[in-house]
Amino acid sequence: MSGPGKVADLRRAGLAPHLEYTERLAEGAVPFQSCEECRAAVFPPRVLCPACGAMELTWERSAGLGTVYSTSVLFPRGRDPYPVVLVDLDEGFRMMSTVTGTPAEEVAIGARVRAHVDPAGPDGPHVAFTLETGERDERP
Amino acid sequence: MSGPDLRGAAAIAGVAESDLGEVGPGRYALDLAAQAAGAALADAGLSTRDVDGLFCAIAGRGMAPLDVAEYLGVRPRYTDGTMVGGSSFVSHLHHAALAIAAGACHTALIVYGSTARSDSVHAGNGRGRLPAAPPETPSYEAAYRPRMPVTGYALAAARHMHQYGTTRAQLAEVAVAARQWARLNPRAFVRDPLTVEDVLASRIVSSPLSVLDCCLVTDGGGALVVTAADRAGHLRRPPVYLLGAGEAHWHRAISQMPDLTVTAATESSRRAYEMAKVGPQDVDVVQLYDAFTINTVLFLEDLGFCAKGEGGAFVSGGRIAPGGSLPVNTNGGGLSYCHPGMYGIFTLIEAARQIRGEAGERQQPDVTIALAHGNGGQLSSQATAILGSEQAL
Repeated sequence: MSGPGKVADLRRAGLAPHLEYTERLAEGAVPFQSCEECRAAVFPPRVLCPACGAMELTWERSAGLGTVYSTSVLFPRGRDPYPVVLVDLDEGFRMMSTVTGTPAEEVAIGARVRAHVDPAGPDGPHVAFTLETGERDERP
Repeated sequence: MSGPDLRGAAAIAGVAESDLGEVGPGRYALDLAAQAAGAALADAGLSTRDVDGLFCAIAGRGMAPLDVAEYLGVRPRYTDGTMVGGSSFVSHLHHAALAIAAGACHTALIVYGSTARSDSVHAGNGRGRLPAAPPETPSYEAAYRPRMPVTGYALAAARHMHQYGTTRAQLAEVAVAARQWARLNPRAFVRDPLTVEDVLASRIVSSPLSVLDCCLVTDGGGALVVTAADRAGHLRRPPVYLLGAGEAHWHRAISQMPDLTVTAATESSRRAYEMAKVGPQDVDVVQLYDAFTINTVLFLEDLGFCAKGEGGAFVSGGRIAPGGSLPVNTNGGGLSYCHPGMYGIFTLIEAARQIRGEAGERQQPDVTIALAHGNGGQLSSQATAILGSEQAL
């Protein structure tokens, strides 16, 4: 069997996690999965929990608040510098992303950030962050 | 749980590099792999007819063992194409010792080749850029335009600086030490003098790493011949015994690495030390995969040469340079000697040469134990081998 019917079946069965992720993202959510067995937050999307091996994962919508775990600024020739960051979301998962609306060099480890879905870009919608002003994580 | 005890079961009987640097156009990865294989077998006093175990990895070739076996005209009874990036060949040495100890093969050939530099020139990418390969699964990183692999290592460096106060000048000390070693190695690709100030003044690629914090992109191949220890004693060269080996990998993508300041080398080295029944204090020379300056800092910590967080201070003041108390990357490393994309095999070649006492101007006195450490992916795969002379058995 092939075609759209097959895809719908896979999605219903939770077996096409990347497809499900991109659809939820296109609707403006910051999606992640949560393990029904051990409650681990799971990202990137999978069919199996990497913490305990269970196959029952539930889709969740992140509140979109997180902390910059690390950051690197890239300096492409002839273009503006931009930051690549790793963000620890408050729900307990980490993702690579970028921070917009702030000079790249001013994005610091420990900064609090808020997610939004950027619908543009050559790869389609993706999660990006902006700095949460006045809030800073004091963890070491 | 510890694995099978392989201490002294197998030995490296021959080593060689192929031509290095920029060898193209008109030569291919398989040509360099075969050139290195032929030279390593000659070094051991053996020929392709003796090879019954084949271990290889070549970037972009999913069936590398078939390519290499056909090219060399060998028909192995045991084949291993483990591909875990640049650490593959240290893993291959471990696997070869396991296979030899189990009787699955007798004479193992570990081999690698790459024309990364010539390919990048030919493709018009600009010299020194590794060709980009399409992702085989959806990427959750590509949209953010990291320049991989450098950005992955830059994120680790930024985190190490944040947590431990490591400085760019301390990272620069790693590049300077590597260059000082390269100046003693006639086969090193870059041998001009280098200072900490030069490194600090070079263009930032992905902060905090500058061009001179990054490895070279060269062509090159390498090969090792590994046999059962009893046989190695009757061959052309003094045997270099495998005393201990360990592997570990915890992630593939940098965004999935739990703590960017602690690598799986903590685990791979513990396994290797336990098997070898030695500790870092017993190691005479260290050859580790320095794709970026931060690697040397992280691995010296994780291999137990200094405490976590103290790597920056440890590499300063010439400690790992010629004349320092711990000789690290005596060939000049991936930073200054050669880096064709998957450097791990060269850590083993240099470790063997130091134990055999044939490293020329850079030879260290009385080397009985050498540590070789491979890294693959984005600090992902770690493999540690401890090698020793007959005296170390």
